[in-house]
Formats: sequence, structure tokens, C-alpha cells
Amino acid sequence: MARLTAGVGSSHVPLLGVAVDQGKTGDDYFGPIFAGYEWTREWEKAEKPDVVILVYNDHASAFDMKIVPTFAIGCGERYKPADEGWGPRKVPDVEGHADLAWHIAQSLILDDFDMTIINEMDVDHGLTVPLSMMFGQPETWPVKVVPLAVNVVTYPVPSGNRCWALGEAIARAVASFPEDINVQIWGTGGMSHQLQGPRAGLLNREWDNKFLDMLESDSDAARWIPHIEYLRETGSEGIEMVMWLIMRGALGKKVKTLHRHYHIPCSNTAIGHIVLEPAD
Amino acid sequence: MSEAAKPAADIHAYLAELEDIPGTRVYTAARARKGYHINQFAMSLMKGENRERFKADERAYLDEWPISEEAKAALLKRDYNTLLDLGGNVYFLSKLFSTDGLSFAEAVSTMTDMTFPEYRDMMLKGGRSPEGNRSIKGGY
Ligand SMILES: [Fe+2]
Repeated sequence: MARLTAGVGSSHVPLLGVAVDQGKTGDDYFGPIFAGYEWTREWEKAEKPDVVILVYNDHASAFDMKIVPTFAIGCGERYKPADEGWGPRKVPDVEGHADLAWHIAQSLILDDFDMTIINEMDVDHGLTVPLSMMFGQPETWPVKVVPLAVNVVTYPVPSGNRCWALGEAIARAVASFPEDINVQIWGTGGMSHQLQGPRAGLLNREWDNKFLDMLESDSDAARWIPHIEYLRETGSEGIEMVMWLIMRGALGKKVKTLHRHYHIPCSNTAIGHIVLEPAD
Repeated sequence: MSEAAKPAADIHAYLAELEDIPGTRVYTAARARKGYHINQFAMSLMKGENRERFKADERAYLDEWPISEEAKAALLKRDYNTLLDLGGNVYFLSKLFSTDGLSFAEAVSTMTDMTFPEYRDMMLKGGRSPEGNRSIKGGY
């Protein structure tokens, strides 16, 4: 049976992709950000996951306002990097794991999660930046990816509780997949940031770290944080952190923290990164 | 507790709270409806040929869209705060920033009362504090 072995939380700021693509990861501005990912890069080399379930949001790339799925799962064979207005990032295509993805999609639907199924789409920085952070610049990505896209743009976005419960259901789905493969789940986006209006530039180191503490704990209190708290405390785009709850929900009651990193700023955003292992 | 026993969320209270954040336009269903064509126009700039046509004659390109005069004027002026009021969303409007060759941070700074260098400096110093910026009514 498939094994869900770890969860990773990470910001997915587009500028990080630019830093990788332009070889600036060691400079004064980006150096401290990337230093906090070095541990994870080595760890991933040793862990060699077969598949990553990558929870992210599309930023007006594959989806426009015509169709807004709350939870959508990529069941395709492969995905191309999206053209976000400057031409696509020169990173490898993302290989899907259609068998596992379809298994999860079917299991989730039977488990009362009415998923949208995607067979074809391009994937934007929300998905490719975390791959670059964890794997650098390989010829081909060393993992297959099951993209899980969450609407965190048009309100109401899904509740924290629903995201956590989706994570729990994903864990059950992975556990019933008959192949013996090593699966990780990544929650991406955040941490505090606001990209709009006169309040733009809001960051909240204290709240972000309290959120990381909550993810490390045995309590599931984080699932009950209301949207308004993310919005008030972490900026309008800080709401992306609900996607980390899907990752955390999938790991079970107890987790062990393997690594944690926090840095301010990257462009408009607070960078957060955490690696957790189920410890039930 | 069974699913059926869960009390329904109070949607009116939920939506009212979203309007209580200083200097912020949460992209609610109401804004998404109002700004639909603004955002779809912005999305059209993802295609190179559309960017070229827009750059060649912005007004003519905008006239192809069912967008209000007020929104067209705001788009021509790159008045992003007005566009947020009219239902624009920043992820869609960012297609217009990139057509203009502006970085995300620079475009975002135009919505604040700061110049770009001032904004960048604020970010380097830890960003805008949430203190006093959380609630209009509460003033905290
Ligand atoms: Fe994002």
C-alpha cells in the first residue's frame, strides 16, 4: 500500500522562481531565504518520494473567472509550465501520476468530497516554485506530482475545517492505493502578505509563527481559525495558508517537526517553510 | 456531531466582516460579479497578440469589452484602487502590470500612499504592521 511519509509547507512567491532561474539564490537578498531550504533539499535527496500531492492555487493562469472550482485535482499524465505573461518558466514539464490521482479523486468523491477533475491544464508558479525550492534545477523533476488546486481567490474560499478534513480524506485515499510508493503532501502559499489596496505590504511575523506552532502541535485548533482572522492578521493574500491545513490534516494527530524556517521579506511576502512527519 | 446537525454559517455576518478591514477590498462574490469583464479583459492580455493590439490602441481594445466608462478610465489611468472598487482582482490586474513591464511589488506600491522606494524600504524593515490596521469599526 502507498505510504504518506511527510508533509511540507512552503511559500510559493513567484520572485523565488525568478531568483532560481536567474541564478541569484546566493545573493544578499535571496541568500537567507534559500539557506533555509538547504536542509530540505538534502532531506528530499535521501527520502526520494515517488509522488508529491501538491496543494496550491492557480493565480489566474489555468483558470479565469469562467469556472471557479473550490477543490480540483489534476488527473492528467503531464502538465506544462504556464505562461504568466512573461513566457513560461524554463523548468521541466511536470509529470503527473494519473493512477494515484484518479484513485484519490474517486476515493474523495465517495468520501463526500465533490472534487472537480482536471485532465489538462498548465501549472503556474504556485506549483513550480515549490518544486524549484525543494529540488533546484534538475533536467527532469525527480518526482511525479498530483496537483490539487484550491480556490483561495474568490470568496468564500473553503473553510479551514473543510481543508483539514480534505487532508484527512486524502490520507485515507493514499492508504488504500495498492502500490507500495512513497507519497508526500505539500501545502503551499502564504505566509502573511497583502498585494492590494492601501493596506498592501502587511506582514505579521508573530501571527505566522503562532500558526507554525499550531501546525507542530497535537491539537487541531488551526482548523477553526476563521477567514476573517487570516484577513485581519495576515493580509488579504495570507488566506493562502488554509492550503497548509490540507497538508497538516493529512498527517494525523501527532507530528514530528523535522525542519522549520521563516524569513521576512521576499518581495511583498513573508516566507515560511516547515517539514513535518506523521508520528501517530 | 453529525454533519446535518452543524448550524449553518451566518452568511450576512460573514460578508459584513469582510468589509471591516481598512484599505482592503476582499474579492467577494459581489465584487467578482461586478468586475467580471474587467478581470476577463485583463486575462486576455495573457496572449501575446492581444497585448500587441492593446498596446497599439488601448482605448480601441477596451471598447471591445462590455466594461463601464468608469472602469475604462481607471484602466487607462492604471488606477488600481478604483479598479479594486469596481470588482477588479489583483491576480487578474497583474496581467496589466506585466504588460506594462512593472514588477508585482512596484505595481502594488501604487495602491499605497508610498513611492516604490519607500514601499520597498518598508518591506525590508519588516513590512506594514497589523497594529491599527485590522478593523475599521474596532480601530485595533
Ligand atoms: Fe499564491
